[in-house]
Amino acid sequence: MTATPIAPPPARAVGGAAPRRRKRLQLLTTRDRLVLTVMVAVPALLVLCIVWLPALGTVLLSFTGWNGIGGLDRITFIGLENYENVTTNYPPFWIAIRNNVLWLAVFFLVATPLGMFLAVLLDRDLKGSWFYRSSIYLPVVLSLALAGFIWQLQYSRDQGLLNAMLGLDGSDRVDWYGDPSVNIWAVLVAASWRHVGYIMLLYLAGLKSVDLALKEAAAMDGASESRTFFSVVFPTLAPINVVVLVITVIESLRAFDLVWVVNKGRNGLEVLSALVTANIIGEASLVGFGSAIATVLLLISLVFIVPYLGSILREERR
Amino acid sequence: MSTSTSSARTGRTPADAPARAGGAARRRPVTARRVVLYAVLTLVSLAWLFPVLWAFYNSFRDYGYTALNGYVSFGGFTLDNYGRAWEQGNFGQFFVNTLIIVVPSVLITLFLASMVAFVLARFSWKLNVAMLVFFTAANLLPQQALLIPLFRFFLRVGLYDTYWAVIIVHIAFQMGFCTFVLSNYMKTLPKELTEAAFVDGASVLRQYWQIVMPLCRPPLAALATLQVTWVYNDFFWAVAFLSTGSKFPVTSALANLQGQFFIDYNLLSAGSVIVAVPTLVVFFALQRHFVSGLTLGANKG
Repeated sequence: MTATPIAPPPARAVGGAAPRRRKRLQLLTTRDRLVLTVMVAVPALLVLCIVWLPALGTVLLSFTGWNGIGGLDRITFIGLENYENVTTNYPPFWIAIRNNVLWLAVFFLVATPLGMFLAVLLDRDLKGSWFYRSSIYLPVVLSLALAGFIWQLQYSRDQGLLNAMLGLDGSDRVDWYGDPSVNIWAVLVAASWRHVGYIMLLYLAGLKSVDLALKEAAAMDGASESRTFFSVVFPTLAPINVVVLVITVIESLRAFDLVWVVNKGRNGLEVLSALVTANIIGEASLVGFGSAIATVLLLISLVFIVPYLGSILREERR
Repeated sequence: MSTSTSSARTGRTPADAPARAGGAARRRPVTARRVVLYAVLTLVSLAWLFPVLWAFYNSFRDYGYTALNGYVSFGGFTLDNYGRAWEQGNFGQFFVNTLIIVVPSVLITLFLASMVAFVLARFSWKLNVAMLVFFTAANLLPQQALLIPLFRFFLRVGLYDTYWAVIIVHIAFQMGFCTFVLSNYMKTLPKELTEAAFVDGASVLRQYWQIVMPLCRPPLAALATLQVTWVYNDFFWAVAFLSTGSKFPVTSALANLQGQFFIDYNLLSAGSVIVAVPTLVVFFALQRHFVSGLTLGANKG
């Protein structure tokens, strides 16, 4: 997790004060206005040059046949050829798509609900809840790369605990990280191990802000605990749900560190992000080709980012 | 996230209420449901702790002993693995590298983000919302989607394989999240604070540095904790923009270590524990900041 947590819009509307503020802005001295401009412009320029322009550049490069050698004048536009090659001539691409979808599915259907469930269990007066909470979120502070390392101790063919516990011997032993028929699942277990704690933390914070009176009223009306949760509590968690949705999607698209540590994203562990990296940093240096994969990755994440930002915009305008 | 707040607002049913008020909250009947609840939570917690504990346990064991008796055994305790892992893994060097990257990245990120947040939260511009989206969305893009142009750019300007390449990318990438959290926080500060200063003729710089910033210590502490953890944990940017192995920060060096500790899993365990130590310090000592940082943005106000 390099960075993800995204926040839902702030509840407070800045509304009413706007006209007065605008007047205030006009009252500022020239020097103050200059200072304010610089305070925003410098960081904005940095983000523009390091994030937005490169993202745009990736999209443009995906239509070219550049191999990274020679100057930019050697770039030739070849239309959709890279996309054609990626989808028809490059088997790892579809494996990667399948793995990314699988990643998303496991996060959505298993890890995220489990994190939410644990948060609901822990959101009450329990003895030792500090212990439960801390154990479950401990993996969140560890890097995904380290998680891959730590799980290797379970998964190793010769020295791993898993084979020993399953009583597998000799040629029956499974190389959990190496065998292409199981390694994606092994990696998903390690990734979910971290994701569950993250989601639990977010929901615990969200549940804290739910009005206790709501739950009490529902309980008094005789609603069962699960009924209370789904009909009363869950709807009020809408802002957290949006954050969790975005985090889940983004984390599954960024599934890079773990597979790279295990085997550089090959042999059953293909994911889009690893394919991009392998094509660029790798010996082939297929810039246009790698860019086409990167653009696909970008488009998929934009499908989720844009509606999310739209909701921020709406809240801010209110 | 403290227990006191959670106990203050628990009490699910009206029947619980008198018990709570009477200060005898612990005298709850032992129902089958509660037993199941505790059993489930204990099982899950132990399962979650296990991989880390397993690494910890084996890091203190002699390779010869585990090779002979298998890993599912007890005994052969030694501290040697740590010394050897530290030496062979060259951790001294890698930790220094990490420090060189983490410190400027976090400080500059917070500094720049706080300036943007200050302007966006305390003044009304036409582009306020657009700017917020501009910064926040940048934080959400997949890193690999920026790789090629950045890689070429750093190569061209001679920053490739220098710490600056990694630091600059961290700053640009992390700024969005920090700006968002800080601007939300600054919006909650009373307007009268800066207005009074404004009437007294304080410049915007003074308002920013002497009035708003000192009040932002809680979110700044939380963000600093979070950012240190993230930048420390980053794997990708260093792999992408550094080529000299000895320049790698700890987390990215993991991939190389794997080869070196290939056969000796006790050494691998010790190496993992060494890498985990700084984040475990965050976990135990700064837990409050870490959790509030993660949830600060995710929660209203």
